[in-house]
Amino acid sequence: MPDQPDLTKLIFGRLTWDAIPFHDPILLGTFFVVAAGGIVLLGSVTYYKKWGYLWREWFTSIDHKKIGIMYVILGIVMLLRGFADAIMMRSQQAVAFGDSTGFLPPHHYDQIFTAHGVIMIFFVAMPLVTGLMNFIVPLQIGARDVAFPFLNNFSFWMTAGGVILVMMSLFVGEFARTGWLAYPPLSGILHSPDVGVDYYIWALQIAGVGTLLSGVNLLVTIVKMRAPGMKMMRMPIFTWTALCTNVLIVAAFPVLTAVLALLSMDRYVGTNFFTADFGGNAMMYVNLIWIWGHPEVYILILPAFGIFSEVVSTYCRKRLFGYASMVYATVVITVLSYLVWLHHFFTMGSGASVNSFFGITTMIISIPTGAKIFNWLFTMYRGRIRFEVPMLWTLGFMVTFVIGGMTGVLLAVPPADFALHNSLFLIAHFHNVIIGGVLFGLMAGITYWFPKAFGYKLDPFWGKCSFWFWLVGFYVAFMPLYVLGLMGVTRRVNHFEDMSLQIWFQIAAFGALLIACGIASFIIQLVVSYRRRDQLRDTTGDPWDGRTLEWSTSSPPPVYNFAFTPRVHDLDAWWQMKQHGYQRPQQGFIPIHMPKNTWAGIVLAGISVVLGFALIWHMWPLVVLSFAALILVSIIHTFNYKRDYYVPAAEVVATEDARSRLLAQHV
Amino acid sequence: MSSFARLRGLILFAALPLLAGCNAVLLSPSGDVAVQQRNLIIISTGLMLIIIVPVIILTLLFAWRYRASNKEAAYDPDWNHSTMLELLIWAAPLLIIIALGALTWVSTHQLDPYRPLARLSEGREVPPNTKPLVVEVVALDWKWLFLYPEQGVAAVNEMAAPVDRPIQFKITSSSVMNSFFVPALAGQIYAMPGMQTTLHAVINHPGEYEGLSANYSGSGFSGMRFRFHGLDQKGFDDWVAQAQKSQATLDRAAYLKLEQPSERNPVQLYATVAPGLFDAIVNRCVEPNRMCMRDAMAIDAQGGAGIPGAHNLTTLDPQVREQLGLTETPPRKYVGAMCTASEGLVL
Amino acid sequence: MSDTLAHPMPGGAAPSQEPVFYVPGEHHPKNGTLLGFWVYLMSDCLIFACLFAVYGVLGRSFAAGPSGADLFDLPLVAVNTSLLLLSSITYGFAMLEMRRNRIGATQLWLAVTGILGLGFLSLEIYEFWHLIHQGAGPQRSAFLSAFFTLVGTHGLHVTFGIVWLVTLMLQVRMHGLIPENRRRLMCLSMFWHFLDLIWVGVFTFVYLMGVLP
Repeated sequence: MPDQPDLTKLIFGRLTWDAIPFHDPILLGTFFVVAAGGIVLLGSVTYYKKWGYLWREWFTSIDHKKIGIMYVILGIVMLLRGFADAIMMRSQQAVAFGDSTGFLPPHHYDQIFTAHGVIMIFFVAMPLVTGLMNFIVPLQIGARDVAFPFLNNFSFWMTAGGVILVMMSLFVGEFARTGWLAYPPLSGILHSPDVGVDYYIWALQIAGVGTLLSGVNLLVTIVKMRAPGMKMMRMPIFTWTALCTNVLIVAAFPVLTAVLALLSMDRYVGTNFFTADFGGNAMMYVNLIWIWGHPEVYILILPAFGIFSEVVSTYCRKRLFGYASMVYATVVITVLSYLVWLHHFFTMGSGASVNSFFGITTMIISIPTGAKIFNWLFTMYRGRIRFEVPMLWTLGFMVTFVIGGMTGVLLAVPPADFALHNSLFLIAHFHNVIIGGVLFGLMAGITYWFPKAFGYKLDPFWGKCSFWFWLVGFYVAFMPLYVLGLMGVTRRVNHFEDMSLQIWFQIAAFGALLIACGIASFIIQLVVSYRRRDQLRDTTGDPWDGRTLEWSTSSPPPVYNFAFTPRVHDLDAWWQMKQHGYQRPQQGFIPIHMPKNTWAGIVLAGISVVLGFALIWHMWPLVVLSFAALILVSIIHTFNYKRDYYVPAAEVVATEDARSRLLAQHV
Repeated sequence: MSSFARLRGLILFAALPLLAGCNAVLLSPSGDVAVQQRNLIIISTGLMLIIIVPVIILTLLFAWRYRASNKEAAYDPDWNHSTMLELLIWAAPLLIIIALGALTWVSTHQLDPYRPLARLSEGREVPPNTKPLVVEVVALDWKWLFLYPEQGVAAVNEMAAPVDRPIQFKITSSSVMNSFFVPALAGQIYAMPGMQTTLHAVINHPGEYEGLSANYSGSGFSGMRFRFHGLDQKGFDDWVAQAQKSQATLDRAAYLKLEQPSERNPVQLYATVAPGLFDAIVNRCVEPNRMCMRDAMAIDAQGGAGIPGAHNLTTLDPQVREQLGLTETPPRKYVGAMCTASEGLVL
Repeated sequence: MSDTLAHPMPGGAAPSQEPVFYVPGEHHPKNGTLLGFWVYLMSDCLIFACLFAVYGVLGRSFAAGPSGADLFDLPLVAVNTSLLLLSSITYGFAMLEMRRNRIGATQLWLAVTGILGLGFLSLEIYEFWHLIHQGAGPQRSAFLSAFFTLVGTHGLHVTFGIVWLVTLMLQVRMHGLIPENRRRLMCLSMFWHFLDLIWVGVFTFVYLMGVLP
């Protein structure tokens, strides 16, 4: 009947059975592994009847600590996916020489390098950074939660929604084949008519909403909810970097939203923003995307700098050297990060004066960054350094990051960049700073704050294994890439003719294997630490003899964080309290005002995912329906005025008494 | 002991590959522009190592000396500020950056791809009255097209130039962003549709060099490589003669066929090129009934073509599409030409 | 950086003294809703800034098609502008009535604001339809793409504002002018005036400058 095909097309848009990659053995294999793992996971949860617990205690939680933990778990899971992409790329490039085309056809390879970049930046680094800031900042400023707890939950689920869309692209349709920033005209409808770029756009738009709202949230939290007496220049340095990071988020992500919206208009409506004809200008996209893109990398690195500051001063048993200088350096970096974006496309031909201006501003940014390195160095000077795992990561960072920074300043010289732009030298540079800076910082932060979150330390032996595998692996994987860049090899290539290059790729692949061992060690560390948690228990809440307020709480902290809001008189508030023989109050507890859980975050994010999926596959009736549902559910949610409750005084008493007993037992 | 000696060993190991890179083309290029860029790379790296090496040494030194088990080292827990040190910390990198910044300003202007060459190589000026060899470059999906207006020939995936004669590249793309890059010769510059970029370079030593696209442009990207022959004057003349013997013509129809996606094209030489072809390619009006961008921009500068202009859309004739083998692909609309050009338009 | 404390005492020492290191009673942090909304609004402003920038770059790329001078119906746009500016004034009246605690009057002025907003939207939709009908749709040129997107995004925001307005009117009817509703009305107020400001930008840079030769 003529009606049937039309109805199918109406409901399913351009989604057909062809979208499922039955013909691709790698994807089929991946699917079976993921499906099997998923069945085991979901099966166990069902068998142990934990769905209620998960829903009540985690999915609908507005507790910043739980949300922070969920972000970190999401980031670690996606690290595995992003790293799998990396291993595939390294393997392909190690073997695809001469007659051998490797094991990944270009159609697949090109999706892998795009997905690798998108996942690592948006769904590994961002969630990990956001998760740590979410968990730690309210504790450090003496607050009970963030300014907008519901929005916090919603932000997390929107990020998870972006993850779901990206993961779906593996098995239904395909992902973009444009590189992680999807330059037009290649990403326009003419040259990428398939669903890949649409998956990219909607995954990022959905996650982007989450990130932007998270930025607003933490910014208001830090400005409005600091404990009495905590003036700006008495905030912990991690909170300062979190503040600057969230300013960057609020001032950069809207640009990403706008430019992706314009690209989607080009693809869906046929507008001519970035086309080659009808007056479009692809250079406009490049400018806009990097006006977002450069602040983005500072969003990633500033929290890492904050982590290192906390770690160094704790494990050197000294106050951070030059606190004011560190704060000013952070603010200067924040402001300057908006003045450098053109260094990502010196080769687009903007002329010598424009190029030199941006080259020079890029170099200027290295001055406050360098000042920070020196400040950490002088914190170590005449300190008493304990080489716990976070300190190892910090030392690894200090050596590795400066090399990456150096190659960055080198690339900031436009004529040098003309030779090295888009080469493997560039790849080596940004992995140098992102792995050496962001990843090492996140590992340090996770290890440092793990006891606070879960009540027991991470096993140090496996932590050291992870560190050494990562450190050596990084150098073995990426130093060859610097060499290859100097040999004129460009990025995103899936096949080579020049056999003399192969040895370098093989060394790099071995380096990737070492990093894989580093990741494996980290996973093993998580498992071993859980099993040995009684021996690794943190009973005092202050396992490292810390300096900031989060260490004044129990490990893990109670849902309300502080029975009484702290009063602050100095930088390193907790250190000062300890110096003055502070005694924890054990009576006089009152009911505590806390926000209630919410179902709206996960539901709204779920509808957004459906909307995104429908848009990708051109399922127009579903688009209209899900969009209407989104508006309706949002409106319904606003009719809920009863969003908070009081923790009864009796419960506070019970919690605090339990802690008192624990402290007494382990004096 | 373990951690520090290990870290030290690591640094040395990391430095090793840098020595091996001495054969790298960017460090031993054959064109003067690339040589100057190489010198910049080395000088900048050297300037920065002045700061980086002490920092790395100090990091390892302090970590070793102030480890908790070393009771001999001074422990000064309240020392966290020193104005003099702060001044030093901010001033030292500032001085290096000032030096680097000055170097950047000067070298960026000197090595501006749009600027005609000032010298053939170190110590050798460009002789007066030298006309540069003009090579027009089109980045296609996924091959390179080179047009020689002075010689009247063209080539796909191969180009040649005489040693020590300045070359002026005029570069565009047919569809998506690419980047024209011959590492041994000079730096790269983007090739963009509807736009023309310029690169000035010179090859100082004869040889066969690799050329590639340095900006990902789709599935055929990995195969988008070409040979660049640096030849003496006789060798170059022979190459041109070889092209003229090919008897192939790059007229508009041939170009429209060439524009269709293909990968790893074999070298193809053309004896004649349709007049004004490169200009038509840059202005995106190779199709005879299509308005050139130049004309559209001129009309726009006057305020557009009014409401009737809204309907001025057309496509290639169906017969022409069939002739070019384009019937499978959906027709593309474009703004229609308002005047027909004279020669070279009949397909 | 530390205060000079005379004699810092351990928490909970002498009963007559305030504990130094904690607040013994209930401590409510300052409400951040208005600041948060303001920050969000500035991020929204940044989106518009990008759209204005895109319009600035592409605004004269007519692709040999019609320009603003050919298409813009300035009298219509003048009526539109008056409706929107007027709606800002009426929202202001609503806020004044809210401060005077007069629910009925507040609702009345909100309703007027909504109607004026709807009027604005209808005229804008008519304008878009007319342009498309003439062949000057967003696909024809980069100028038209930028125009439709900038003006259309503003119109979308106005639409959301009206939906929000209706919802708030319902909520005020249900719960009265409780503090939560007052905060929401303040936020909508900022939103509405912000849209007005954006429109002044659109009116100036797109329409008025667009018809200049």
